[in-house]
Amino acid sequence: MKSKSKQEYKLRIPSQTDNLELIRGFIGKVAEKVGFNEDEVGKIELACDEACTNVIKHAYADKDTDKALDIVIKIDYQKFTVIVTDHGRGFDPKSIKMPDLNEYLAELKVGGLGIYLMRTLMDKVDYNIQPGVRNQVKMVKYFINKENADLVKSEKEV
Amino acid sequence: MQEFKVNRIDKDDLSILKIGGFLDAHTAPNLEKAIQNLVDDGRYKIIVSFADLSYISSAGLGVFMGFIEQIRSHGGDIKMSNMTPKIYRVFDLLGFPTLYDIFDDEAEAYDKYWSTGEKEA
Repeated sequence: MKSKSKQEYKLRIPSQTDNLELIRGFIGKVAEKVGFNEDEVGKIELACDEACTNVIKHAYADKDTDKALDIVIKIDYQKFTVIVTDHGRGFDPKSIKMPDLNEYLAELKVGGLGIYLMRTLMDKVDYNIQPGVRNQVKMVKYFINKENADLVKSEKEV
Repeated sequence: MQEFKVNRIDKDDLSILKIGGFLDAHTAPNLEKAIQNLVDDGRYKIIVSFADLSYISSAGLGVFMGFIEQIRSHGGDIKMSNMTPKIYRVFDLLGFPTLYDIFDDEAEAYDKYWSTGEKEA
């Protein structure tokens, strides 16, 4: 019964910035389908764009644009999970701290805003880093109300 | 595909950049180039109209961050106008309204340059 209510969507795509629009479209359409409203869809799209932009800009050496980026969306009755995986250099997750927004604004720093946005827009952000092997960013958005969760369930049960 | 567009209009010593489409890590260099051209031309009084912009990520916001200090040091500014609620929310989330003057429309931004004497008669 539990496994019946689960859905999974996958996209494997070259790690290039010109694919960001396509990635947002894919994630946005799935989020819309499972019942998130326009505002929430926008937040999910933006958070995932930021995660993928970080991978495209930092995970691979500059000319490795043929490397793949894997995006998996997992849906169960209570949450919408997006997992972004690359096979690039990775980084030390301990070095990622929640940026102090005032500090960034005061110093007019550019970087770090993406991470701040991801953590603000999603309910949960986790990293699983194995440099050169597999690096994952997992972002979770819980269904706010029971209606959304029921919609996912009923679609699968029909 | 909805590409990013930028149109420049020069009015006296003010320049208006009308931007549209998607502003993300892929298209941000186009905006960067447009603002760099203004700076190279010595035009530091800038209004960016967001009327036709449907999406912005931190890469787009970073472009403004990258120029604002230099532009203000030359007595100019980047004033912003015509944001949809969706775009404004991203600015708001990052505390940008405390950093930038954001107006409902271009005319208000234009007036602001006049009223504060920022615009030369």
